[in-house]
Amino acid sequence: MRRYLVARLAQTLLVVVLSLTAVFGMVRLTGDPVLLFMPMDIQARDVEEFRERLGFNDPLAVQYARFLGGALRGDFGESLRYRRDAFGLVLERLPATLLLAGSALALTLIVAVPLGVLSAVRRGGVVDHVATIATVLGQATPGFWLGLMLIYVFAVQLRWLPTGGMGTVGHLAMPAVVLAAFYAARVARLTRSAVLDTLNEEFVLTARAKGLAETRVIGKHTLRNSAIPIVTLAGLEAGQLLGGAVVTETIFAWPGLGRLTVQALLNRDFPVVMAAVSFTSIVYTLMNLVVDVAYGWLDPRVRRA
Amino acid sequence: MKAWLGLGLTLLVVVAAAGAPWLAPHDPIRADFASSLQPPGTPGHLLGTDQLGRDLLARVLYGARLALFIGACTVVVTAVVGGVLGLVAGFVERWPSTAIMRIADVQLSFPFILLALTINAIVGLGLRNIILSLSAAGWVIYARVVRGEVLSVKERDYVHAAAALGVGRTRLLFRHVLPNVAPSIVVVASLQFSQFVVAEAAISFLGFGVQPPTPAWGSMLSESRDFLYVAWWLAAFPGIALALTALGVNLLGDWLRDTLDPKLRV
Repeated sequence: MRRYLVARLAQTLLVVVLSLTAVFGMVRLTGDPVLLFMPMDIQARDVEEFRERLGFNDPLAVQYARFLGGALRGDFGESLRYRRDAFGLVLERLPATLLLAGSALALTLIVAVPLGVLSAVRRGGVVDHVATIATVLGQATPGFWLGLMLIYVFAVQLRWLPTGGMGTVGHLAMPAVVLAAFYAARVARLTRSAVLDTLNEEFVLTARAKGLAETRVIGKHTLRNSAIPIVTLAGLEAGQLLGGAVVTETIFAWPGLGRLTVQALLNRDFPVVMAAVSFTSIVYTLMNLVVDVAYGWLDPRVRRA
Repeated sequence: MKAWLGLGLTLLVVVAAAGAPWLAPHDPIRADFASSLQPPGTPGHLLGTDQLGRDLLARVLYGARLALFIGACTVVVTAVVGGVLGLVAGFVERWPSTAIMRIADVQLSFPFILLALTINAIVGLGLRNIILSLSAAGWVIYARVVRGEVLSVKERDYVHAAAALGVGRTRLLFRHVLPNVAPSIVVVASLQFSQFVVAEAAISFLGFGVQPPTPAWGSMLSESRDFLYVAWWLAAFPGIALALTALGVNLLGDWLRDTLDPKLRV
C-alpha cells in the first residue's frame, strides 16, 4: 500500500506541474499574451511599456520559471480589475463552491444511489421504468436551461425562491438541484448497472440457494460488492461538479469559483483566470488522487496493477 | 423502443436543420419592432416572437442547423485527431505512447467545460473558434479508448499471424487493427455528440462562442434571461429543442453501444 501511495503521489505532483504548464501555454495560444494582461483602456504606444514591465520580453524559459515558481507559491499576480492578489480572490470564493458542490453531492447520494439500487433489484418494475425515464431525461437536459426553467417557475411565477445570490437555504435549493441533476442521473445509471452486474455473480446465486432471506442477499452480499465500482465512478464523476459549477453559479449569481472564472474571462482579467483555472485543476487532480487511493484501499488488486 | 425514439428525434432535428430555409416562415435575423414579444400562437408566428420581433420558430429551426453543424464538425475533428493519437499510443511503444498519454492525463485534470470555455475566451469568438476550442478539449476520450482497444487487439492471433506473414507495420495498423477498433470510435463519437452540442450552447450562453444575432440556441437562451418575467417562450423553446436533440442523440448512442460494443464504459 505504501509503494502504491508514493507512486500515486509522485504522479499527481507531475500532473499538477504539467497542468500549470498547460495554463502557461494556454494564454500564449494567440501568440501575444500581453494583450490579455493589460487594462482595456491602454493606448497602443503603451503596449511596449507593458510588455517590458510584465516581463513578456524575457526568454520563454525565464517567463516559464517565473510563472511556475510564483504559481507553486500561490502567486499569480494582481487582478487587473480589483487591484488585489488574484489567488486571494480565488481562495475567498472557494467556500461557496464547496458548499454548492457538497450539497449537490449529498443530494445525489440520497436520491440517486437508492434509486439505482431499487431499480436494479426490481428490474422491469414500475420504479425501474420511472427511474430509467428520469435518468435519460436528466442526462439530456442541459443544466443551464433547467436552471432558467426553475427560476421561471419557482421565482417568477410562484415567488417561493429567490432568483439568485447566497445566504439562506432557499438560495441554495435551486442551484444545488441544477448542479446535481446531470450528475445524479449518471450515478443512478452507474449504480443500477453495478448492482445488476453483482446480482449475476455466482455468490449471489449461492446465497439464494442457501435459502438466505432476500433482504440479506441484497443488503449483505450484493451491495457490499457493488460498492467499489459505485464509489470509484461516482468519485471520478464528482470532479465534473466543478465544471458544472461554472455554468450553474453564473445563472444563479452564486458567488463561487465558477462565477469568478466566468466574470474574469468576460472582464479579460487574466491573472484571475490563470489563478482560478490552475486552482480548479489542482483541486480536481487531488480529488482523483483521493478516489484512486480509496479504490486501492478497498480493492487490493488495484495496488499491484 | 428507445432506439426508435432516438432515431425519430434525431431525424426530426436533422430534417429541421436541413430544411430550415424552406420550413422557416420568416427570416431568422430580420427585426420587426412592430410585432415584438408576441406570445406563441400569434397568427404567422407559431412560437411567438422575441424582443426584436424576430420569429422564434425560424430562429429555433436555424439554431438546429448551427448546433448540428458545430456538433458534427467537432465530432469529426476529435475522432480523427484522438483516433490517430490513440492508434499511435497503442501501437508504437516507448516515448510516443508515454508522451501522448501524459498529455491526455494533463487535459483530464481540467473539467471539460472549463477547458473549452477558457480556450474559447482566449482564441476568440466565432464559429471556427468554438469548433476549435471544443475539439482541443474533447479529443482525449477517443485517444484513451482507442489506445486501450489497440493494446488488446494487437495481441490477437490474426494480427500476429499477419505480422508473421510479413505484413508491414503501417498496413498492419490500418488494415488489421483499425477496422477492429472502429466500432469503439463510432460509439464514443455518438455519445460525445450531444456533449459537444450542449457545451457549445453553454459557452454561447455564458457570452462566448457564437454571438448574436446568429440564431444559436445558447445565445438565444442567454438573451431570454432579460425577458423571463414577460416572455417565457423565449426561454422555453430553444431549451426544449436543445434537450430533444441531446435526448435523441443520446438514445441513439446508447443503442449503438449496446449493439456494437456493450463492454465500453463512457
